Amino acid sequence: MSKLVRTAQAGTMESTDILVVLAPAEAGAGIQVELVSPTMRQHGSHIKQLIAKTLQAAGIADAVVHATEKGAMDCTIEARIKTAIKRASNE
Amino acid sequence: MAKEKLRRTVMYAAGNNPGLLQNADIYGADSVIFDVEDSVSVMEKDSARDLVYHAIKNLQYSCEIGVRINHISTPWGYDDLECLLAAKPDYIRLPKGETGDEIRDIDNIITKAEKEYGYEPGSIQIMVSVETPKGLRNAYEIASASPRMMALAIGGEDFSASLKTEKTKGNAITAGRELFVARSMIVFAAREAGIQAIDSVFSDIRDEETLRNEVQLVKELGFDGKSCVNPRQIDIIHEVFTPSEKEIHYAHRVLGVFEEAQTKKSGVIALDGKMIDMPMVIRAQRVLALATAAGVYRKEEA
Repeated sequence: MSKLVRTAQAGTMESTDILVVLAPAEAGAGIQVELVSPTMRQHGSHIKQLIAKTLQAAGIADAVVHATEKGAMDCTIEARIKTAIKRASNE
Repeated sequence: MAKEKLRRTVMYAAGNNPGLLQNADIYGADSVIFDVEDSVSVMEKDSARDLVYHAIKNLQYSCEIGVRINHISTPWGYDDLECLLAAKPDYIRLPKGETGDEIRDIDNIITKAEKEYGYEPGSIQIMVSVETPKGLRNAYEIASASPRMMALAIGGEDFSASLKTEKTKGNAITAGRELFVARSMIVFAAREAGIQAIDSVFSDIRDEETLRNEVQLVKELGFDGKSCVNPRQIDIIHEVFTPSEKEIHYAHRVLGVFEEAQTKKSGVIALDGKMIDMPMVIRAQRVLALATAAGVYRKEEA
């Protein structure tokens, strides 16, 4: 179980990557994902769900995520979120 | 016989670049190494590790995938092993190997991981790069430190730097002579231990002529393959390391007369007026094995 204590970033703006900025949020605020993606209409909801799912799997219920996606595969998105979680928590 | 796997090219892919990781196997390299060492900055060691883990865990690759970890004497080495072994790479590539103890340490960690994750025991191999005079002096000890050891490599730039010289291009005759002794000693150690020898990268991707000369040289020295950082170098390296039609044809004839002599129980064999002895037979078998592995020869042919 991770607890977010600071804002942290992971990933890049390069093609096939995603830049994630992850910040703590008030208890009960839930997970809010703001996403910028060139394939927003096709994949937007899938990417948002994947981000939320990855956070929840790490035991995080409240967070604010700003993500700029550039055609990243699911495994890349998951990896970037996990790195951001570690950087934002006291692990 | 995993150790006899074809490894003409061992291509590096920078571990913090998702594009390189997801397309790593499309260029036809025999083996690919996902690197979390030198190609990754100190600030991004953690993210490269996560990225490489998820790529290996989720993507299907058509070639062998290894991971180059940071040395276990750095702050990242053990974490690299802990994180990346969970994804089951085909092998761990250790940079700057200097002693057999390091290899036994890594072997123990791999053994534990294989048990923990239920992998087949011994399925994760080790390739070590020698980059210093100390590593070279201990090359055989390193090569024979674990049954997981499948290849010794030489890190040419680092090795030259540790000699206080530079890695030169030379020409067809003088090609990289500062590494001549080291390269040969790597081959000796690898052969004594019964494993493969992989040469260093050639970094000027525009200079194809010198690359070809260098590959020719290391092939003659006995190396099984060469590392590379750019897919553009793969075809040239494969061309040099793959037996030519002429070599295959000759090898086939050598084995033909050898088998014939065996059935006739005749002692001395000759082909085209030249005596054929055992080393030539062994070489011919190796040419055909290499040609078969490279897909340019099938037994029924010729």
